[in-house]
Amino acid sequence: MGGRVSILTVEGLGKTFGGLKALSGVGFSVKKGEILGVIGPNGSGKTTLINCITGFVRPDEGKVLFKGGDITRWRPHRIARVGVARTFQVMRPFYSLPAYKNLIIPLWSPRARKEGGWRGGGKHGDRDTVAIDILEEIGFERDSRVPYKLASTLPTGYLKRLELARCLALRPEIIFCDEVFSGLSASEVASMLPLIEKLKMGGITLVMIEHRLRELFRVADRVMALQFGEKIAEGHYKDVIEDPRVKEAYLGIEEK
Amino acid sequence: MEILLFGIINSVTLSLTALGFTLVYSISRLPNFAHGALYVTSGYIVWLCVNTLGMNYFAGIAVGIAATAIIGALMYRLIIQRIRGMQISEIIATYAIGLAIIEGLRWGGLRGSTFTLPSFLAGSMKIGGIAVDNQRLFVLGSGVVVFAALGLFVKYTKTGLALKAIAQDERAAMMLGIDSDRKALVSFALGSGLSAFAAVLILPLGSIVVETGYNVLIYSIAISIIGGLGSWGGAVVASFLIGFAQILTEVFLSTQYTMVISLLAIIFTLLIKPSGIFGKQKELDDRV
Amino acid sequence: MSDGRARKERIDRGIKVRSDGLYAVSSLREMLYLSGPRILLIAGLLLLPLLLDPHPYWRRVINILCVYALLAIAFDFLANCVGLVCLGGSMFIGLGGYFAAVFNVHLHLSVYLSIPAAALAGAVASTLLILPCLSLRGVYFAIVTLMYPLLFTRVIEAFDLLGGSNGITGLDSFPGSNIENYSILLTLLAVLFGLRRLLNEDIGLVMHAVKDNDQSVRASGIDVVRIKTLAVFIASFIGCLGGAYLAHVYMWAGLSLFALDFSIIPIAAVTIGGGGILFGAVVGCLILVPLSEFLRFFGTFRIVLYCTALTAFIVFKSEGLMPYCARKYQQFERWAGA
Repeated sequence: MGGRVSILTVEGLGKTFGGLKALSGVGFSVKKGEILGVIGPNGSGKTTLINCITGFVRPDEGKVLFKGGDITRWRPHRIARVGVARTFQVMRPFYSLPAYKNLIIPLWSPRARKEGGWRGGGKHGDRDTVAIDILEEIGFERDSRVPYKLASTLPTGYLKRLELARCLALRPEIIFCDEVFSGLSASEVASMLPLIEKLKMGGITLVMIEHRLRELFRVADRVMALQFGEKIAEGHYKDVIEDPRVKEAYLGIEEK
Repeated sequence: MEILLFGIINSVTLSLTALGFTLVYSISRLPNFAHGALYVTSGYIVWLCVNTLGMNYFAGIAVGIAATAIIGALMYRLIIQRIRGMQISEIIATYAIGLAIIEGLRWGGLRGSTFTLPSFLAGSMKIGGIAVDNQRLFVLGSGVVVFAALGLFVKYTKTGLALKAIAQDERAAMMLGIDSDRKALVSFALGSGLSAFAAVLILPLGSIVVETGYNVLIYSIAISIIGGLGSWGGAVVASFLIGFAQILTEVFLSTQYTMVISLLAIIFTLLIKPSGIFGKQKELDDRV
Repeated sequence: MSDGRARKERIDRGIKVRSDGLYAVSSLREMLYLSGPRILLIAGLLLLPLLLDPHPYWRRVINILCVYALLAIAFDFLANCVGLVCLGGSMFIGLGGYFAAVFNVHLHLSVYLSIPAAALAGAVASTLLILPCLSLRGVYFAIVTLMYPLLFTRVIEAFDLLGGSNGITGLDSFPGSNIENYSILLTLLAVLFGLRRLLNEDIGLVMHAVKDNDQSVRASGIDVVRIKTLAVFIASFIGCLGGAYLAHVYMWAGLSLFALDFSIIPIAAVTIGGGGILFGAVVGCLILVPLSEFLRFFGTFRIVLYCTALTAFIVFKSEGLMPYCARKYQQFERWAGA
């Protein structure tokens, strides 16, 4: 896996909320096409990390470089437009609309119009077709008319996929997944793993924040661990989980 | 010197009028558009107590403040509590209530300038060779005392700390067992009471007119925008900015322009730093 | 799986089920069912001036009603389709009216030019004035829109601008009361159906998304501030159009254009008539404006009345009259289970 180019680099990222240091001196690189897992106990700053990188929270210090360009402190929509997408842990799709209509919004954005190959102002039909295609890619069975079902009738597994579809509609280069496995049963997670692999094979870089370590380790190339807003380990997952600091963070065991 | 003195007095007066509004917003994140209405109502209640019921002035004041606090609490309990969380409805509701009260008062007879409250302290003192009426000085003194008291209250009493906790993070506060609804009720009552308090202090300086309700609202909004919504420090600083600006315009231009200064200050703030002096750009931070 | 208790269930009426899909409309009856309400509205509005011909006073009321309806539509659009609560609709009336006065009296533009021009100028001015607070929390929008009309009146009075308390007189009126009535009626219908069409387009969906989940919209690469600006421009154009029209009806532009009525009646109309569908706004006005005329001699008590009714509707979470009627039209309830 050596020799791959870095697509995103974070240097010295720090953020304080009130008196709480949510992030402190976090730095790492994400290589193009890899899947980087981010783990850590609750409150370790994982979501803040995504928020700072994707522009939803302004970092107090540090830099974020995407494909060489400085995107620190850019507004969220600008960051999304250059190809950095993210999912939200708390999803709020349009429950009263069919699943595919939920994708109209990202498909309407300037980037999707540019990358998608069809021009904005194109007929309804085009955008709807693209939406259904994306949903099919993501596992919504077209034959069972799943894309046409109202979002309110879809189980969590499908909603999680819908959230990923929202990102895909942007034709992103990198997706930050905020706990996409949470709230799913073991079999649902198992069925999502091939999807993750498929995204990776399509050339998309993934940074996955997860609590479900076993499943994460099946797909992640490298793993990074955070605790109390600091990076405490990075590397192949086998090395990371053996790291004494990580053990202590998760299990509270002191390695003597 | 004259400018300095009257500037300070004016600023403190302004900050007192905005007090209730700032308190309610900083705790329950609700802009209480009925603030101006409550202000005028309290003055009217005191007037009624004194002139129609023949009560003693200070008794009347006590009744006025208490009654207004109760009205505020009722407003929250009966109406707002039921629509908490729906921001659009909350905003419209307090606006409608405020309007109903103000226009109701106008219709009910609060017309003309025959409604006045006497000053508590007659006479005037000389400070640095300038005559200032005692009432104004009393307002100044009270203002300082009130702000200090509030500061202590929030820092050292249980209720005060609870209110502050809710202001910072409602969910966490709820998890710690602080009843958010009860505290919001308290903040509304307190805020209304403070509006009344400011009213009884300041209204004697002029007469009770229904328009004051709108003016107080405009000033509270102006101070909130310039200082940052919900920020105490910002409110004080903004009051001083507007207060001094008004005095300066009065001295060098003419009294007509004083209200206009507020408008210009608001527009200026919106152009340069829309979230206000101490406003934190929390818009994005808040909900992620 | 009954639990022994009866529950109410709502079932679409047969005719609705049959006429729902585009392919299913086969009989005249079904077509009438679908388009009936709409035709009723359009025909009703257009016939109104003819019906009220012998009463010039009430023909005037139609004009005022249409202006309020425009404001109510603008409020509904902003509040329920984009999530911005505009507490100062009178700001648009005032701006539109004064611009029209300036264009007509000082720049000698004809009625047919001054109204659209004033609408455009007013929209630009409003959007610029509101723009800075669009990137802030929603509450700022409410505060700022509440404040502007109050401040404008005071400024105009204080500086004796634009005629001060007397206002600008001498505006041209319309060549005839038929033109007066029908120009605004047709405008209202155009705005109503045009806006509904817009909301059905993708941009309408994006606007709803901004209201419901703006973070997700941002994450999808869309500049939320730009969308809000567009919405404000559209709404203020509609409002200023009404204001410009009104100034010509009164042949005068004065401080009363910033009256509280223009701010509160649209809000009450939308709350009572039902929000989010634009038709509710019109229905609400159809109820409130004639009522307001009857209540004229009650003075400002009518405002107390609107506000109380408004608050009652909000507190009791009533969906509004239009949705209620629409539901009755499309579904029937019955007791089931047990």
